[in-house]
Amino acid sequence: MTWYAIDTWIVVIGALCAMAAALPGCFLVLRKMSMMGDAISHAVLPGLAIAFLVTGSRASFSMFIGAAIVGVLTAVFTQWISNWGKVDSGASMGIVFTTLFAVGLLLIVQAADHVDLDPGCVLYGAIELAPWDIATTWTLGGVQLEIPRAALVLGSVFLFNLLIVIFFFKELKIAAFDPDLATTQGINANLMHYLLMTQVAVTTVASFEAVGSIIVIAMLIVPAATAHLLTDRLGVMLILAAGLGAMAAGAGHLMALLLPGWLGFESATTSGMMAVATGVFFLLAWMLAPRYGLLTKTLTTKRIRHSRELS
Amino acid sequence: MDTPDNSSSKAWDHSPSAPLSIHDLTVAYHRKPVIWDIDLDIPEGKLVGIIGPNGAGKSTLLKACLDLIPKASGTVQVYGKDYRKQRAKVGYVPQRESVDWDFPVSALDVVTMGIYRQVGWCRPILGRHKAVARKALEHVGIGHLADRQISQLSGGQQQRVFLARALAQDAQLYFMDEPFAAVDAATERAIITLLKELKSQGKTVLVVHHDLATVAQYFDWVILLNMRVVAAGPTGEVFTQENLKNTYGGKLTLLAEAGHALSQLKS
Repeated sequence: MTWYAIDTWIVVIGALCAMAAALPGCFLVLRKMSMMGDAISHAVLPGLAIAFLVTGSRASFSMFIGAAIVGVLTAVFTQWISNWGKVDSGASMGIVFTTLFAVGLLLIVQAADHVDLDPGCVLYGAIELAPWDIATTWTLGGVQLEIPRAALVLGSVFLFNLLIVIFFFKELKIAAFDPDLATTQGINANLMHYLLMTQVAVTTVASFEAVGSIIVIAMLIVPAATAHLLTDRLGVMLILAAGLGAMAAGAGHLMALLLPGWLGFESATTSGMMAVATGVFFLLAWMLAPRYGLLTKTLTTKRIRHSRELS
Repeated sequence: MDTPDNSSSKAWDHSPSAPLSIHDLTVAYHRKPVIWDIDLDIPEGKLVGIIGPNGAGKSTLLKACLDLIPKASGTVQVYGKDYRKQRAKVGYVPQRESVDWDFPVSALDVVTMGIYRQVGWCRPILGRHKAVARKALEHVGIGHLADRQISQLSGGQQQRVFLARALAQDAQLYFMDEPFAAVDAATERAIITLLKELKSQGKTVLVVHHDLATVAQYFDWVILLNMRVVAAGPTGEVFTQENLKNTYGGKLTLLAEAGHALSQLKS
């Protein structure tokens, strides 16, 4: 196996995506809204299509704005339907995102069939190609550094999410734990909800092109759920989730390089492997976590039974 | 419900400085009214029990006062001003089941949430804020559990965490939704001691309560609620067999319980 500069960039891009997603992901997991990332990532399709139809170009920025708006609307519609109809929030999410996804597909097929808006590409992304799309060149200490556009975009999103989590840490915390109390304290829980939804939408959309939606959905939820098994502190959970996500990006790319050779496959997709790596980390934590792991729980039960038998 | 609000001409005598003054409050859920035309003035420094059968709208009344659910009509004033301007003066203890106790926070974190308003938007929590929270936890007798994750606490201890959070806020008017539900005897005593203490400081506490047997012992004011206010006033005057019958309807077991409670009151 040879490691090229391009491999480093692939891991950096994957890690930035993972860290950007892990921060809002922790709050999604804690608010039991894990499927929201999934819903938003599918529902943004009409946003992409409409932005294309309106502007007539595949310029990234207009597509980004269109998709992000529809992403936030997904959350708004979901809330409306569950508030005003006799529908629970899970079902209303299902209604909203499938409908929007279908509308998006129709729009693409009907009006924009001739352009390359490939739904498959949206799902699986093309992280292996991302490093080739250079946005700018920085010179650091005499070394020319070509920065891929994906790294720049995902880096900005990570920074955006990081700043929000730092500045609104206690507001996000109280709105997630006890929205009623937040409201009586003058912290509008609805406002915090939509701030979080905006973060999720922006992160998902930004990650689409570079890494695909499968990996964002995984990175939103799995590292956060893993971190929740490992700690009892929200701050630690956020840091752990970001760290685990970044590690999964590295491990996933390594697996994508090594596994095909070992198993005799032709190749393995990097973003798929990154998502698998998050799953492996979760499995390990689920079994071995110090307090909530399966092993610890079994041992504790055994120890208690044993000591009862002795006494 | 769409009639214009000409309430000012109504002969209801709302005292301007009452801790809580509810006027014409109606709340509907899916077009079905849950509470209907509530008019209440709560006097200062009282422990007020809100009682009524399941589905009578007790929690709804609290939530509507706190602006947590939309009102179909009506106004709520706290110390003579609109509630929204008086948030700092009002503390809320929600039902224990309303939150996820697996949330990664310690008892101290939860108590600190009671003073987020004082801390201010985007400001970090400082040592002095934590000191207030720690003191409140000590006050309810679980100072030693401050750093425990909240799922590692017993039901009674969790309820005390909620009370400590309300204490830390240092409000004038408190709304408590079933603080006595499923707590151990020691916690029940601790809560009632705390309520009496708040009362002695001139604070007003509204408590949704289920156990008819303890109403007369705990509260000096009661609101009997079943969608409408059946009766409200000093416990001695209002907590009568007749009013209970009107509140609970034909639910015989409850009536028997009430009869028992009343006989205890007389003895």
